[in-house]
Amino acid sequence: MDLLADFFRQIAEDHPRWNFIWMYEPVQQGKVLSGIWMTIELSIACLALSMVIGVVGAFAQGSRNLILRSLVQGYIQFFRNTPPYVQLLFFYFALGQFTPTYSPDGWLEVPIISNVGWAIISLSFFAGAFNIEIFRAGIEAVPESTREASESLGFSRKQTYRYVVLPLALRVSLPALNNNLVNLVKTTTQAFGIAVPELLYQSVTIWNDYPSALYPTMLLVFVVYVILVGVLVMSMSHWERSMRIPGYGV
Amino acid sequence: MMKKMLTSALILVLTSILAFAPLAASADGHACTNDVWNKVMSRGKIVVGVKADYKPWGYRDTSGDIIGMEIDMAKDVAMKMGVDLDLVAVQSSNRMQFLEQGKIDLMIATMSDRKDRREIVGIVGPNYYTSGTNIMSPKALGLTDWEDLRGKPVCGKQGAFYNQIVEERYGAEIIAFTGNAEAKQALRDKKCIAWVYDDSSIGSDLSSGEWEEFEMPLNSEDDNPWALAVPSKERDCVFGRFMSGMQYQWHQDGTLIELEKKWGIKPTRYLADYQERLGDWLAD
Repeated sequence: MDLLADFFRQIAEDHPRWNFIWMYEPVQQGKVLSGIWMTIELSIACLALSMVIGVVGAFAQGSRNLILRSLVQGYIQFFRNTPPYVQLLFFYFALGQFTPTYSPDGWLEVPIISNVGWAIISLSFFAGAFNIEIFRAGIEAVPESTREASESLGFSRKQTYRYVVLPLALRVSLPALNNNLVNLVKTTTQAFGIAVPELLYQSVTIWNDYPSALYPTMLLVFVVYVILVGVLVMSMSHWERSMRIPGYGV
Repeated sequence: MMKKMLTSALILVLTSILAFAPLAASADGHACTNDVWNKVMSRGKIVVGVKADYKPWGYRDTSGDIIGMEIDMAKDVAMKMGVDLDLVAVQSSNRMQFLEQGKIDLMIATMSDRKDRREIVGIVGPNYYTSGTNIMSPKALGLTDWEDLRGKPVCGKQGAFYNQIVEERYGAEIIAFTGNAEAKQALRDKKCIAWVYDDSSIGSDLSSGEWEEFEMPLNSEDDNPWALAVPSKERDCVFGRFMSGMQYQWHQDGTLIELEKKWGIKPTRYLADYQERLGDWLAD
C-alpha cells in the first residue's frame, strides 16, 4: 500500500494538476470514503422510502374516496412539478423551523430531523411522486377482466390489489421504475445544498482545500456514480428477470 | 466492498491519467503570447470575476447591480486599460475554475493568497488586502476561546481554506454551505453555534445592525493576505505586470485606504503599513 501511496505522490509532483491526494493522505481518504458511504446510505434510504410511497400512493389513487384521491393528486402535482433542489432548501430551512428541537447547551437548537433526515424525506417524496405515476401506469395495464375475475372469486379491493394487480403491475412498471431510481441516486448529489456530507460535498471540500486535486476528484465522482448506478441497474434487471412469468408478455 | 470499489475506481482513474497527462504536461510554455490581454484589448471589454455575496467588497444593491470595494478596483482597471467592464459573479468554490477556463479575464474576488492556489492561477503582488479568520457567534453563548468550538457544529462556507484548519486544529464540526446566505441563515436558525469566516466580512455584518445579538468574540487567526489573479499563463507577461502596477499604485496613492473608508470597512493596519512602505519619497 505504501508503494501505491508513493506512486501517487510522485504523480502529484510530476503533474501539478493530477494530485490524487485521497490515494495517499489518510484524512482526505477518510473524507472520500465517508462521502461514498453517505451517498450509499442516502440512496438506499430514498430508494426504499420512495418505493413505499409509490406502492401506497398508487393504491390510494385508485380509492373510491374523493378526498384521498385529491390528496394524492395534490401531492404528485406539488412534488413532481417543483425542482428537487428548491424542495430540499424549503424542507430544511422553512419546514425545519417547525419541527421539535432539543438543546444540548441552552442555545443550540438541534432539530430532531437532521439535514440528512430532510434530504431523505425530500428526495423520497420527490421520487415517490414519480413512482406513483409509474405504478399507476402499470396498474392501468392490468386488464379490467383480470380484476373482475379476482372480484368474482370473492377478493376484496385490498386483496385484489395485493395479490393480483400489484404483482402484475410491478412487472409492467419495472423498466420505468428503473429509470426513475437511477435518477434518484444521481439526485442525491443535490443534498450538497443543505450541507449533507455526501460524496459531492466531500469532493468539493477536497478540491477547495487542494485545488491541485480538482481533476482527479471530479473523475472519482464520475467513477463512483458509474459504479453505484451500475450496481443498481444490474440488481434491478436481475430482479426483473427473476420475476418474469413465462408467457406473460413483459 | 469499499476497498474493492476504491480499487476499481483507481484502475479507471489510472487509465484516464494516461489519456490526459500529455495534455496537462504541454501546458507550460514560457514565451509570452499575451493571449488574454490581446483578446481584452481587441474586444474592448474586460470580464472581471467578483463576489456578489460579500458585503461590502462585492454585493448587489437594491436594483441588482453588483457594487463594492472590489468592483471599484475593477472599474479602475478597466478605465486604465481603456476598455468596458463586464462583471461576473463568482463563488469561492468556482472562482479559480472560471479564470482557468477563460470565463473571466481577471479575478478580484476576496481570495486568500495560498501557495497551492498560486499553482493554479496567476497571482501577482503586492497583495491588496488582508484578513484573518474569526467567528460570529451569539452573545448569549459567551464564547471566549477557539477551543470552545471543539466537537460543536460550526457553520462555514464551501471554498474557505480555514474550514479545514478550524476542523483540524480545534476539532470543530464544520457544516459547510454553498453560499453565505444559507450558512448565516443556519446560524440564525440555531443549527450551529458559530459562523466561521473572514473577520473583515463579519465585522461589516455586525456593523450593519442586522446582527444585534451576535458578536465576534475571538482573536483573529491565520491572518492571510488577499490576492487578485490573472490567468496563470499571463502572470509573468503583460497582464500580470500591469496588475502588479495597479496594486502598487493603489497602495502608494492611498486609493485602497480611501476605498476602505468609502465602503465603511474598519481601517486595517496592513494598508496603512503598506502605504508607508511604498510612499512616494518626493511627495509632501
